[in-house]
Amino acid sequence: MNLMQSFIEALESLSSNKLRSGLTILGIVIGVAAVIAMISIGRGAENTITGSIQGIGTNLIFVFRGGSEEVTNPKPITLGDADAIADPFQAPSVSAVAPVLQGDGKVSYGGESTFTSVVGVTPAYEQVRNTPVIEGEFINEEHMLGRASVVLLGTDVADKLFGRKEGLVGETVRIDGQPFRVIGVLKEKGGSSFANEDNQVMVPLTTAQNRLIRRQSRENIDLLLVQAVNAQVVQEASDEIAQILRARHSTEIGVDDFTTFTQQDFLDTARTITSVLTIFLGGIAAISLLVGGIGIMNIMLVSVTERTREIGLRKALGARKIDILVQFLTESSVLSLIGGVIGILLGWAISTIVGSIAAANDAAINPSIGIDTILMATLFSTAVGLFFGLYPANRAASLEPVEALRYE
Amino acid sequence: MSDWVITAENLTKVYKMGEVEVHALRGLSLEIERGEVVSIMGPSGSGKSTLMNIIGCLDRPTSGAYILDGEAVSNLNDDQLASIRNRKVGFVFQSFNLLSRATAVYNVELPMRYAGVTRGRKERAREALEKVGLGDRLTHRPNELSGGQQQRVAIARALVNEPAILLADEPTGNLDTKSGEEIMHLLLNLNKERGTTLIIVTHDQDVAAQTGRSIRIRDGVVEAHR
Repeated sequence: MNLMQSFIEALESLSSNKLRSGLTILGIVIGVAAVIAMISIGRGAENTITGSIQGIGTNLIFVFRGGSEEVTNPKPITLGDADAIADPFQAPSVSAVAPVLQGDGKVSYGGESTFTSVVGVTPAYEQVRNTPVIEGEFINEEHMLGRASVVLLGTDVADKLFGRKEGLVGETVRIDGQPFRVIGVLKEKGGSSFANEDNQVMVPLTTAQNRLIRRQSRENIDLLLVQAVNAQVVQEASDEIAQILRARHSTEIGVDDFTTFTQQDFLDTARTITSVLTIFLGGIAAISLLVGGIGIMNIMLVSVTERTREIGLRKALGARKIDILVQFLTESSVLSLIGGVIGILLGWAISTIVGSIAAANDAAINPSIGIDTILMATLFSTAVGLFFGLYPANRAASLEPVEALRYE
Repeated sequence: MSDWVITAENLTKVYKMGEVEVHALRGLSLEIERGEVVSIMGPSGSGKSTLMNIIGCLDRPTSGAYILDGEAVSNLNDDQLASIRNRKVGFVFQSFNLLSRATAVYNVELPMRYAGVTRGRKERAREALEKVGLGDRLTHRPNELSGGQQQRVAIARALVNEPAILLADEPTGNLDTKSGEEIMHLLLNLNKERGTTLIIVTHDQDVAAQTGRSIRIRDGVVEAHR
């Protein structure tokens, strides 16, 4: 008996009990659709997150205090460190350094106020973090030298205080009670990043050091943002920074009291998290596929019992064990294959719908269904059909012809 | 010297029903000549069905030798038995045993499929159906056929692989008198035309009377020949 004949015969036999076959297929459809939808949504989320990390800037390095756990009293990062790293002779792969102080403050205008993060930055920040203003100007050297009371508003803050995002230059807001003149509004970055960069205000670093964010020493800063010359030398730049800081902090070999973090590190971390999430979701979905498989087994067992006489007759006419085995395995595989195909289509539809719902709610998840997902789902569902069909088929094949023929 | 199609010597068959051993056959010996028409009779519990199962290679004897058409069958495995059944035995059952969702042609094709025949199956099936007088019922399903017609399909199916013996188990048992007579007539004619050995297991004296030889079984041995 060739495969095509078995396939047609299986179809005929399954169509003789359409409701039962349909319900069994439904079990597989739901399982496969769930797996496909979950994996593609998980992948979509991963793409969104890695995309927003890439938006931070591909040649950016974060440097902050504290490193190896063996260091009990890590030295703070200082402005001196920043200057050393900015030195093109010591760190030729570095193109710009932006020291940052981070704090919180109450920003108010008229009767409105909002609690938001206050960031002390230098003019280099604009280039390093790619934060242009939509109106006014960025903080410049003059503001720095004069410790000027000027502020840049993020769009969310502007919206909260003024109800608009334009025409704000020259207004005065209060940060922790002190008046600051608005010199510009930052361009909107969108809420996709994990920290909302639209909900913050920026002041000159010197102003922050003196009046808003006090640290133990005026030299101390919270974070260094370093820009490498280009994306290819990020690793070199990171190594140069590490060398400079080791020398300046005179740490022991192998125990750093600082951490450098590149965008690649962020990407790797995020990918690890999201892929764990995807596997987790897919795993849960796979359970429903398993349940569908048990449904196949159940229905095939019923079918074997019902057709005991038919099996006996086929054996009397000369069917070998393998012939009966193939017949029933084909039936269960056809069930799961049909279920798999419909399930892939349904899963694709579900993930598309979820994607458009997410898009309507400003959370861009673009579900992606790869060929590998489809292949995997098809293979997996057929394997489920074969696996759960094996026991019933084997039971059919092992029937004694005499007893099977006598069965009522 | 006679041409034996069946030689059975000292056949025994013991079933274990839990603790109890049931001796269905107790050293039965039997010979059937090629082309013969034989009926096997006996009361229920006589071992008649067991003998039929062994003759039809559906079952193996516990001991004893059985040679069917020159092949020793006693020690073959399941798949080898299936192959012997496929090539050498044509079954006709009391309850027809057709596949209900398949057409007459498909039913008749079935033994050829298991024989590995790939070409000309439909033609051979059609010829076989024409031979039993169902040339105009090729694509009918069993539920569209009368009992007599269904039994004709079963006979066509039994003959299509040109077996050495035709083994009929109460072939007229489920039919009215007229259809029963027709079926008997058909079977006897086929035997005359083709020389196929015909073995009929029956309760019916009238059926047995039409066969050349009648073997009576009782308590697992041959009681009498006629």
